[in-house]
Amino acid sequence: MSETQATAVDYNYNVVRQFTVMTVIWGIVGMAVGVFIAAQLYWPALNFDVPWLTYSRIRPLHTNAVIFAFGGCALFATSYYVVQRTCQAKLFGGWLIPFTFWGWQLVILSAAITLPLGISTAKEYAELEWPIDILIALVWVSYGVVFFGTIIKRQTSHIYVANWFYGAFIITVAVLHIVNSMAIPVSLWKSYSIYPGAVDAMVQWWYGHNAVGFFLTAGFLGMMYYFVPKQAGRPVYSYRLSIIHFWALVSIYIWAGPHHLHYTALPDWTQSLGMVMSLILFAPSWGGMINGIMTLSGAWHKLRHDPVLRFLIVSLSFYGMSTFEGPMMSIKTVNALSHYTDWTVGHVHSGALGWVAMVSIGAVYHLIPVLFGHKRMFSVKLINTHFWLATIGVVLYIVAMWIAGVMQGLMWSAVNADGTLTYSFVEALEATKPYYLVRFIGGVFFVAGMLLMAYNMFKTIFAPKGTLDDVHEEPAMAPQAA
Amino acid sequence: MTSFWSVVVTLITLGSIGAFAYLLWVCATNRMGKPEGESMGHEFDGIEELNSDLPKWWTYMFVVTILFGLGYLVLFPGLGNFSGVLNWTSANKQITSLEESRAAVANTNGMVQYDQEVSDANAKFAPIFEAFAAQPVAELAYNEEAIKIGKRLFLQNCSQCHGSDAGGTTGFPNLNDDKWNWGGSPEKIKETIMHGRVAAMAAWGDVLGDEGVDAVVEYVLSLSGRRGLDVKLVELGKSKFGLCAACHGPDGTGNEMFGAPDLTDQTWLYGGSRLAIEESVRNGRAGVMPAWDPILGEDKVHVLSAYVFRLSNPNK
Repeated sequence: MSETQATAVDYNYNVVRQFTVMTVIWGIVGMAVGVFIAAQLYWPALNFDVPWLTYSRIRPLHTNAVIFAFGGCALFATSYYVVQRTCQAKLFGGWLIPFTFWGWQLVILSAAITLPLGISTAKEYAELEWPIDILIALVWVSYGVVFFGTIIKRQTSHIYVANWFYGAFIITVAVLHIVNSMAIPVSLWKSYSIYPGAVDAMVQWWYGHNAVGFFLTAGFLGMMYYFVPKQAGRPVYSYRLSIIHFWALVSIYIWAGPHHLHYTALPDWTQSLGMVMSLILFAPSWGGMINGIMTLSGAWHKLRHDPVLRFLIVSLSFYGMSTFEGPMMSIKTVNALSHYTDWTVGHVHSGALGWVAMVSIGAVYHLIPVLFGHKRMFSVKLINTHFWLATIGVVLYIVAMWIAGVMQGLMWSAVNADGTLTYSFVEALEATKPYYLVRFIGGVFFVAGMLLMAYNMFKTIFAPKGTLDDVHEEPAMAPQAA
Repeated sequence: MTSFWSVVVTLITLGSIGAFAYLLWVCATNRMGKPEGESMGHEFDGIEELNSDLPKWWTYMFVVTILFGLGYLVLFPGLGNFSGVLNWTSANKQITSLEESRAAVANTNGMVQYDQEVSDANAKFAPIFEAFAAQPVAELAYNEEAIKIGKRLFLQNCSQCHGSDAGGTTGFPNLNDDKWNWGGSPEKIKETIMHGRVAAMAAWGDVLGDEGVDAVVEYVLSLSGRRGLDVKLVELGKSKFGLCAACHGPDGTGNEMFGAPDLTDQTWLYGGSRLAIEESVRNGRAGVMPAWDPILGEDKVHVLSAYVFRLSNPNK
C-alpha cells in the first residue's frame, strides 16, 4: 500500500472521524429499527397499539435512517477523506465543514422525532416536512461548496474518477431534493406538494429512483473507486471503462424513474422511456463492477487473508447482481409479476445491504486505523466474523424475499377456470409468513455484525498508541500454508 | 403534449442515446496516447489507472441494449407524440364512462391492451356464467359447481364488508341467518346485489330532545323484551313511537320496503346495547350497499345471489 503523499499535506481528518463514527452508530440504529419492523410483520402485537410505534410510522424512520443517516454519513466521511487525499489538498470551506456535520446530525435527529409523531409528507424517501427539507438543502449546498472548493484547490493535474462520482452524486442529489420537495406550507409541520396528481407521482419517482441511482449508486461507486484499489494495492483496471461507464451511468439513470409507475395513470410514452432507459442502464452499471473486480487481477490471493477486501469485493458482486435484477424488473412483463410484491423489497435490500452497507463497512474498516493513528483494527478476526454474519444475513434476507415475492405475484394473478381469482389476498399473506421470519433472522445476523463492528471500532479508537502496529500478529492475517 | 414538447422529448431521448453510443465507440478504441494495458501516468494517493481495453462482451452487451431500446421506441410509444408503428396503448385513457369502456372492449382491434384482455376474458368466461344464468336462483343454489364459483366471487368482492364467513359485523348484516332487512327471497337478494341499497335512518336527536331520545330508546329496548326498564319512560317512549312507525311499523317489526329493521328481535345491525341504540336514534344511520351490476354484470350477480341464498337456506 502506498502512503507516499500522506504526510505532504495537513489534511482535515477531524470531520472525517466524526462522520465515520456516526456511520457505525446510525447504521446500528437504522438497521435495528429495520429488524424491529421486520419483527412487527411477523408478530403484529409488537405494534403495542402505540401510534408512534406502528409499522406505518417506523418504516419511514428505518428507510431514512439507513439511507440518509448511515449511508449519508458514510458518503460524507469517505468523500471528505478521498477528495483531500486524491487532490492533495486540505478541505476547503472553513466553518461550512463543521456545519455539514452538525447540520446533518440535526436533520437525522429531527427525522427521528418527527416521523414517529406521524409528521410526514407521505412521499417515499422524502417524508420529512418542509422545515427539515430546508435544512437539508442548506447542508447539501454547503457540502457542495466544501467538496468542489477542495477540487478547485487540488494539487493534482487530473480529477480522480472517485471524485467524478462523488461530484455527480452531490450535484444531482441537490437538484432532486430541491425539485421534489417543492411544497406549499400550511403550518409549521404540514405542507402540500406543488405538483398535481400524476405529475406529482412522476416527480416523486424521478426523485425516488435517483435517490437509488445517485445517492446509493454513484456516491458509493466513488467510495469503491478509492477503497478497492487502495485496499488491494492495485491500479484501477481501465481508465477508458471509467469514462464511458461514468457518463453513461449519470446520463441514463435520470430517466429510469417511470419504471416505478408501470401500468398506472402515467402516460404510456413516459413508461416506455423509463423501461428502455432502465434496460440500457444495465451495461453502464456493470462497468463499475467490472472495473472494481478486475482491479484485483494479480491480487486475488489477498482475499484469503484480508476480510476488509472481502467486504469490498463481495459488495461489488451484490452490486452486479442487483443492477442485473433492476433492469429485468423494469421490463413491463416482468414488472407485472414483481410490482407491489416483496420481490421489490428483496431487490432493494440486495442493493442496500449487499452493496451499500458492505462497501461502506469495508471503507470504514480501512479508515478507522488510519484516522486514529493505528496500523490495523483492534481485531481482524472480528472483522472476519462480521463479514460472515453480514453475508449470511443478506443471503437469508434476499432469498426469503425472492421466494415470497414471486409467490405473491403468482398467487395474486392466479385465476380459476371460471375467471375468478384463485386466492384471496389474505391467503397470499398467510403463505408469506414463514419468509417474514427468515427475513427477520437475516436482519438479526446483519445487525449482530454491526454490533461487533462498533465494539471493534471503539476498541481501536481507545487503544494506546503503538499497540496495534503488529500487522501480522492476528492469525487471520497470516499467510496460510498452500 | 404540444408538438414543441414532443420534439424536445424526441431530441433529448435520441440525443442522449446517440451521445453515449458515440462515447462508447470512442472509448472502445485506444486514443489515450498510451500503450494498451499500461498506466495512464496519473497517480492519486498511490492509485494508478490502466489504459485497458473495454471488455468485448461488455461492449457488445451495451450495443445490444441500445439496439433493443431503439427498436422498442420504433414499435411502442415513447418518442413524444409518436405512437409507435404498432399503435399500441395500455388503455383508452380518454374513456370516462363504463358504457364507453364496454363499447371499446366490444370493438377492440388488439392494440389496446386493457380492451384486449377484457375482451379475451369475456370470450373465455362469459359462456360459463351465461349457462348458470339460465337457471333460477333458487335452483342454482343447490348446484355445487355454481356455489363453488359463487363463494369465490363472494370472497373477492363481498368479504371485505360482510366477512369471509358472511357473518357480518357492526353496520354490515350477517347473511347466514334468516333475518333480512330488504327481503330474503331469491329475487330480493338478487335485486339488492344488482342495484345496491341505501338504508337511511334519520337523526332524531333535534326533534325528540334528550328526554325524548331516552324515552324512545327505553321503549325500543322493551320491544325486544329487555328487562329492568323504567316503566314510565317506556310509556312516554311509546307515545312518541309514531315517528318511528312510519318506517318500522306500528308494532316495530320493520318494513322490507325501506329496509327498516325489525326492532322486536335480538338481531341488531348497529349493536343492541342501550348506547348503540341511543346513537342510532339520536344521530341516525346511513347504510350503503353498493350496486354490483356495473362491476360484475348480471350473470355473475346471478351466481352470487345463489350463493348468498344458499347461506341461509342450506337445505333444499
